Amino acid sequence: MDVFSSLMDGFATALTPMNFLYAVIGVVLGTAVGVLPGLGPAMTVALLLPVTYALEPTSAFIMFAGIYYGGMYGGSTTSILLNTPGESSSVVTAIEGNKMAKAGRAAQALATAAIGSFVAGTIGTTLLAVCAPIVVDFAVSLGAPSYFAIMVLALLAVTAVLGSSRLRGFASLGLGLAIGLVGLDVVTGQARLTFGVPLLADGLDIVVVAVAIFAVGEALWVAAHLRRNPLQVIPVGRPWMGKQDWKRSWKPWLRGTAFGFPFGALPAGGAEIPTFLSYVTEKRLSKHPEEFGKGAIEGVAGPEAANNAAAAGTLTPMLALGLPTNATAAVMLAAFTQYGIQPGPQLFESEGPLVWALIASLFIGNLLLLIINLPLAPMWAKLLQIPRPYLYAGILFFATLGAYSVNLQAFDLVLLLALGALGFMMRRFGLPVLPLILGVILGPRLEKQLRQTLQLSAGDPAGLWSEPIAVTVYIIVALILLWPLLFKLIRRSRPAAAVRPAVAVQPAAADHTEQRQDSSAPGAHDTTDDGDAARRSTVPHDTVPRDTTQHEKEKP
Amino acid sequence: MSSSPTLASRLKGRSELGVALLLGAAGALVIADAARIVTPYSQSDPVGPKTLPFIVGGLLLVCSVMLAVNVLRGGQGEAEGGEDVDLTHPADWKTILPLVGAFVANILLIDWAGWVISGTILFWGSVWALGGRRYIRDGLISVALSLLTFYGFYLGLGIALPAGLLEGIL
Repeated sequence: MDVFSSLMDGFATALTPMNFLYAVIGVVLGTAVGVLPGLGPAMTVALLLPVTYALEPTSAFIMFAGIYYGGMYGGSTTSILLNTPGESSSVVTAIEGNKMAKAGRAAQALATAAIGSFVAGTIGTTLLAVCAPIVVDFAVSLGAPSYFAIMVLALLAVTAVLGSSRLRGFASLGLGLAIGLVGLDVVTGQARLTFGVPLLADGLDIVVVAVAIFAVGEALWVAAHLRRNPLQVIPVGRPWMGKQDWKRSWKPWLRGTAFGFPFGALPAGGAEIPTFLSYVTEKRLSKHPEEFGKGAIEGVAGPEAANNAAAAGTLTPMLALGLPTNATAAVMLAAFTQYGIQPGPQLFESEGPLVWALIASLFIGNLLLLIINLPLAPMWAKLLQIPRPYLYAGILFFATLGAYSVNLQAFDLVLLLALGALGFMMRRFGLPVLPLILGVILGPRLEKQLRQTLQLSAGDPAGLWSEPIAVTVYIIVALILLWPLLFKLIRRSRPAAAVRPAVAVQPAAADHTEQRQDSSAPGAHDTTDDGDAARRSTVPHDTVPRDTTQHEKEKP
Repeated sequence: MSSSPTLASRLKGRSELGVALLLGAAGALVIADAARIVTPYSQSDPVGPKTLPFIVGGLLLVCSVMLAVNVLRGGQGEAEGGEDVDLTHPADWKTILPLVGAFVANILLIDWAGWVISGTILFWGSVWALGGRRYIRDGLISVALSLLTFYGFYLGLGIALPAGLLEGIL
């Protein structure tokens, strides 16, 4: 088979001693930085970008593969041992994982997370290797109108489906698109939003934007609200699992994988919805439902597998279509463009060996993760106790270094600070970060497709829907946009109680719980107006008693 | 004015209106900048460089107005939580301002004094701003970090960070 032989070639590239070494470094660095509280996978990749500058693309991407999975895994360690997930995708892991840790079963929680991640990662990467070429075959036949439609879908889906407030999502998207406009127009050479500053003519460097929004914004935001009383870290020995734990874990791993991959591959799928679905499913299917809420191992195994499978799934549209669907993939895409490589259907043609080496090193990175992390877990746990002044000063230090080393000009640091302030403001006022990043990355490409489309149709707007795929995609876009309206109509015709059970099954409906609470407390301080309130909370928060756990912690 | 007390009370605690204002300003800026561009109509590029800016600017303006209405009707964005974030106390400007100060110092000094000096100031200043008070240990770590990254980038990655004042010594 073609895929198989390409993949074997990929393994041959990835397993040369030097490249293997880069994979090991990537996994260790990725996990170490990912474990640090406050650093999610996206920020991990953004901060470690400069480390790969000196490498040739293949080695760099092999290292990225390690960083990617390492960063994902590091986050789950944090949430199990600290119970304050930084990433929305590890919120669910924290529920049962931290209860297990508190009950003295931290070793088992970490083990099921690590092995589950490995199982899901391996299956997910296999699916990626199989699916990506199929998607490419399909994508090659698409013209500019369809591409334009798919990009619109990706942007709108991320903006309208994820996050708590649609309005704030669109505001963030608008800011991102505006940032993407800065620079000389590619077709006409006209300067846009450069204000006569020559340094802006090339546009804003995407690495600078990503580091500013993710790292500087986050560090400033945390600094403003730094916890006065440090969190307690639960000490942990070497992770291991008993026979009973294995028996209870393997099915959740597989089911979690089944949830995770397809959602990861969808625009706006992300890891939040599948981890939540996996949790609910395991709770329902478990033979020990009474343990849920007190530390059920299924509640760690399933969501953790879903999280990692989603991470693999995300790479499918990223590599095959050039469409990032979550923050980490967006930063990875930025890294690709840094090397002058445009992900998309042509990538498999033009850079075939590189892509397959990347996929092969995802397998390798995944295995390394398991081998390295089981024995190193106690050391990672120690990292959680790093004094916070050093941690956040370090983030600023390395963010500066990373942004400066791209072009070696101090002007980039001015942009870094300005955009960091923007990131701070967005966190303060609940504007989601992801639409902005996607807007910056996809905006210019969206414009290119739009211009090509109308060039082909000689300016006739009908060219936009001249391909059947484009029409289908626009119908999906319309459904996404009209969904809250439709939902309100459905709700009006049925009493609220009847809708409640649907919450567990239908992720998009889950925010509904929140809305119900709002209407029961109309005077509440944080009540938003209708359509907006419905999206205020991300899915897991609704059903998960996260608030109570946080209050518990703040008492001492 | 009879409406001023109600207006004042309405504005109280609505700092989010500033976000609406920012969005509006950004939208206006994008549109004004695009309107300035003069390009002849071209058969090969019917869309031109102005279309997307107009759409984006329009989106920003609409968001601005809707956000303002939303906030005035009692809506509020949800501040982001995190591992080390404690939202029970208000933003601590006594931490933020020195932190930004250290950052700005680095920007001003990096090309002239070089990374080793400006990076040390950045790290040491940030640690101080964040509450580190072991001056000597913090200082030693700052110097070590700056030196390590300087040589690490030079030898490991082939990127020559500015040596500045210490040129010739390093």
